[in-house]
Amino acid sequence: MSIPILKFDAVIVGAGGAGLRSAIQLSEAGLKTAVLSKVFPTRSHTVAAQGGVAASLGNSEEDHWHWHMYDTVKGSDWLGDQDAIEFMCKKANEVVVELEHYGMPFDRTDNGKIYQRPFGGHMSNFGEKPVRRSCAAADRTGHAMLHAMYQRNVKANTQFFVEWMALDLIRDSEGHVLGVTAMEMETGQIVIFHARATIFATGGAGRIYYSSTNAFINTGDGLGMAARAGIPLEDMEFWQFHPTGVAGAGVLITEGVRGEGGILRNSSKERFMERYAPNAKDLASRDVVSRAMATEIKEGRGCGVNKDYVLLDVTHLDPATIMKRLPGIREIGIQFAGVDCIKEPLPVVPTCHYQMGGIPTHYSGRVVMPQGGDMSAVVPGFYAGGECACASVHGANRLGTNSLLDLLVFGKSAGDSAVEDLKGGRAHRDLPKDAGDLALERISAIDNRKGGASVAETRLAMQRTMQDHAGVFRFGDMLKQGVTKILEVEKAARQMEIKDKSKVWNTARIEALETENLIEVAKATMISAEARKESRGAHVRDDAPDTAEFPNGRNDAEWLKHTLYFPQDNKIMYKPVNMQPLTVEAIELKTRSY
Amino acid sequence: MSKRTVQFSIYRYDPDKDDAPYMQEISVDLEPTDRKLLDALTKLKAKDDTIAYRRSCREGICGSDAMNINGKNGLACLTDIDELKQPIVLRPLPGLPVIRDVIVDMTQFFKQYHSIKPYLINNDPPPERERLQSPEDREELNGLYECILCACCSTACPSFWWNPDKFVGPAGLLAAYRFIADTRDQATNERLDNLEDPYRLFRCHTIMNCVDVCPKGLNPTKAIGKIKDMMLRRAI
Repeated sequence: MSIPILKFDAVIVGAGGAGLRSAIQLSEAGLKTAVLSKVFPTRSHTVAAQGGVAASLGNSEEDHWHWHMYDTVKGSDWLGDQDAIEFMCKKANEVVVELEHYGMPFDRTDNGKIYQRPFGGHMSNFGEKPVRRSCAAADRTGHAMLHAMYQRNVKANTQFFVEWMALDLIRDSEGHVLGVTAMEMETGQIVIFHARATIFATGGAGRIYYSSTNAFINTGDGLGMAARAGIPLEDMEFWQFHPTGVAGAGVLITEGVRGEGGILRNSSKERFMERYAPNAKDLASRDVVSRAMATEIKEGRGCGVNKDYVLLDVTHLDPATIMKRLPGIREIGIQFAGVDCIKEPLPVVPTCHYQMGGIPTHYSGRVVMPQGGDMSAVVPGFYAGGECACASVHGANRLGTNSLLDLLVFGKSAGDSAVEDLKGGRAHRDLPKDAGDLALERISAIDNRKGGASVAETRLAMQRTMQDHAGVFRFGDMLKQGVTKILEVEKAARQMEIKDKSKVWNTARIEALETENLIEVAKATMISAEARKESRGAHVRDDAPDTAEFPNGRNDAEWLKHTLYFPQDNKIMYKPVNMQPLTVEAIELKTRSY
Repeated sequence: MSKRTVQFSIYRYDPDKDDAPYMQEISVDLEPTDRKLLDALTKLKAKDDTIAYRRSCREGICGSDAMNINGKNGLACLTDIDELKQPIVLRPLPGLPVIRDVIVDMTQFFKQYHSIKPYLINNDPPPERERLQSPEDREELNGLYECILCACCSTACPSFWWNPDKFVGPAGLLAAYRFIADTRDQATNERLDNLEDPYRLFRCHTIMNCVDVCPKGLNPTKAIGKIKDMMLRRAI
């Protein structure tokens, strides 16, 4: 069957923060670029980011990128690559100031500079005390940022393909990436985007869990496509559970609430974080706070009838501060918890929020994988940035506000690298004869199957499995069972049936395709988590407890290494962590405490 | 809240198989935790996967799930299910072509948004650091920049229904004023010129449906009034 082919210099998949930032580089360099997105760009999930973007601007007190780098390495529990982390922290001021120049409506200090607030794990002077580093537009930073970048792309005449879903990556026999197959949702038409450079900016996959702050669209499409094309996925066992999702609804409550002075309390109104993180308290790193909350709940000090949440208290703050700095949070509390946070504390629970792992990349945004003897050889023509990529700057745990920074820095560097490679003469390569076959086969299989479980049932089985077997606290035997269960879910998903057979805006078909992508991610997560026999950052195992020999359960001698999961045969390889920064001295291994 | 069954009457149309649109009567059982209309739609879709609607963030910030709910435009994810009269009548946003079920073609809406040059125009060479803006000047943008482009307002506006190709509509005009009000923007005159026309701005007859339906509590009519004032002051 022949498929129409559209030829571009570059194709970007995803129009959230990372995709839009890449697109600015390519459009302004005059390259013919297509940006594909399942949703209108301003509906991408970057829009839901609240608290801010990290940059050591030092607008309110002394700050330095080197301190930011230290915090990020420590936050990552030393699993982050120190070259990439130095690169990101050094670039932060530049990319944040660019956003301001694009028109982003940052809040302001009295002297007219960008307003900055404290955030978890961000400290001055190498871990001494909290510092104001998070650049914010009230509690709508992601919204303000995404709209500003979309607007800049309108100015730059970027060509968008809105409501197109990318289906599969096209690689030739030498492993070069040549573009993607994609489907126009309105017509069901499948097209090949044939490109000299392909950039993935497809965001996260938080919907693998039952309880998630993520949007419905966060289905790991880029990871699924990469996996099906033989690209390994890195560090997928590391998922961030954000401390403050609204109990029941899962909707995010920014850490900025604690940055503005909010306090977590248990059923006896105790400020329990003082016991777990005597120095940083409520502003400790997210993995630390989430575990503390889960422990409080587990030990019977949770609130409510079922004692299954804790309270986030801002009732002691001036209502004017809440209205000015946290207006969106107040709305969310009223809408999703029925609570006005000016008068009553908010019920919160740790909720799946962010994937630290992803498609392995170099800090230039180029995708890398083991080839020949090289553990990090470039996959020609392929770039990735933002949550779908793993540079790796977040390692085993991401600091708040570093995700918006990641998508700016690595969206931009992926764009710059693509421009550099294209201007260096990278040509269109011939498409393999079977370029569109995988996508067509998948669609046809979904359309024609009968008698299997529905998409909703399949998703629920996956989400329950992930929630029960790979949550905040993990257990060796539960992970083992989890691997068996998720492979069963995968098998059942091959029979998944949809009733909608329409060509026009067939959301059942889209959800089936998304579920296939989610399952790739879920499998990668469970198998990588089962394999890592230590505790580190967000990955904490009952059978790797805190001991004198292994503080916090971390075992650097054996496990200071990145996981690479190979989807074809569910095999795991490991590659070393880069402990060598670009210009400064390495940040030495230390036991992590806040 | 408790377990309950909710009745719906939903506008259905699939051009691939239907000759004409029709209303589907359907009910769904809800759990106590189902609070919003979008929760109910998710349950409905699990029951009948052919129902098509847009949705993403489920927290009122992405602007995907705007539809006409019991005669009034709103976001499904911010609408409390138990406050709606049953059967809950769901229709596509009025005034835009229907693609399928409650999914409308938003091309015209975004064309109008793009027509106001929705980006900061400042031709000075960018300074090394941020441009300065006082907190008071920044406050002028409050109530303007928060728009989520859901189109509830423009598709509730009779002037937009009549002239979607000529009248910018409340969302686009709110965005226009967002840039006019920004002290960093240098194109105020150009922006006013761009709206100086019998239709683009002046078709607003302050009916205020836009204010009534905005799920973010914004006030496009007020912004339009300010543009009209500036236009007038410029003329004298």
